[in-house]
Amino acid sequence: MDESRPIFIQIAEQVENDIIDGVLREDEQIPSTNEFATFFRINPATALKGVNRLVDDGIVAKRRGIGMFVTPGARDRLIERRRADFATEYIRPLIIEAEKLGIDIDELAGLLRAERIQS
Amino acid sequence: MTRTVVRASGLTKRYGSFTAVDAVDFTLEENRIYGLLGRNGAGKTTVMQMLTGQIFPNDGELEVFGRTPAEHADVLRRLCFIAESQRYPDAFNAAHVLKAAPWFFENWDAAFADRLVHDFRLPLKRYIKKLSRGQLSAVGVIVGLASRAPLTFFDEPYLGLDAVARQIFYDRLLEDYTEHPRTIVLSTHLIDEVANLLEHLLIIDQGRILLDRDADEVRGSATTVAGGRAAVESFVADRAVIGREGLGGLASVTIDGRLDRADRVRAAELGLELAPVSLQQLIVHLTGADLRAGTTEQEVAA
Repeated sequence: MDESRPIFIQIAEQVENDIIDGVLREDEQIPSTNEFATFFRINPATALKGVNRLVDDGIVAKRRGIGMFVTPGARDRLIERRRADFATEYIRPLIIEAEKLGIDIDELAGLLRAERIQS
Repeated sequence: MTRTVVRASGLTKRYGSFTAVDAVDFTLEENRIYGLLGRNGAGKTTVMQMLTGQIFPNDGELEVFGRTPAEHADVLRRLCFIAESQRYPDAFNAAHVLKAAPWFFENWDAAFADRLVHDFRLPLKRYIKKLSRGQLSAVGVIVGLASRAPLTFFDEPYLGLDAVARQIFYDRLLEDYTEHPRTIVLSTHLIDEVANLLEHLLIIDQGRILLDRDADEVRGSATTVAGGRAAVESFVADRAVIGREGLGGLASVTIDGRLDRADRVRAAELGLELAPVSLQQLIVHLTGADLRAGTTEQEVAA
């Protein structure tokens, strides 16, 4: 767990990543609050907050007496939201660092292409 | 609906001219894990001794399960207090302690206690006074966990316990708590080890409550900003500063309050390093003010 951000947000992001990666599919059940708590060694109330955040965002929904399930269309909505944040989260810091090092935009584009071929 | 288990208002304990606990107000809600944190001599143990009816307050109101704890057997039966150096009768071995425990704790789970004895590799037949410091701590931890008391206090329970044994304690505590929720108060100096287990924090210093907040609110609520002095100063200008250090042209300032995305971008543009402040570091900042007093860099937030 990363110290700089609230753990419940990290729990929510973990589930979101699993949905985006296809580890958790739509209509599939996510782990229970207690399972999250014992696995990540965190307070169950913290785990519950993370799950509730996903419920508020419409990513998972409760089925009474059974548990929490990934909602239909959750993956598309998550990807759309992540794309919207991509520029500020990733591109902006990249450009700041590139400017510091005197890498212009064409060189940066070249570096991105070269890196992509390698990976 | 959560029920209030402990309600203290104006709670005060004096020893002669020394005020160990100074008119504190707080409540403990049912089925939460609390961290009671602070430096040595801050008043943590005194608070817990009052809550468990071992000593009487000089002033203030105190209700535990709706009544004064002292001399009310129905309240005391629901409490378990594990002290840093728990004393046992000389002729006892660990098996005797575990055999006697159900007389005091109505929710005692003997099978759980047996499992913990195995986990901690506690020799049952050895006299208590022949046990190592860590084994003695294990006896207390086992009693505290297997008691399943509705209100359980662990006061620095693990002197001498090695890292593996402490991890066993945290894991069993969390597993058992998820199955049998109860109110737990954990007082410890190993703050970073337990930080993620806690739901709510009470930080006490010089007999007063310095902070009474949910752990999730506190976690990541402070950041250390480091870099060139001028850039750091302009970044922290209108923020609450809780710590400040400097070396030549470099400054490292700890601020209270979360940073948003725009703040992070601005910090990057100024060439500043942002580092999260762990709960333990935050407490050092909040309660260690007098340590750094007298240095020119000293500044405490209002």
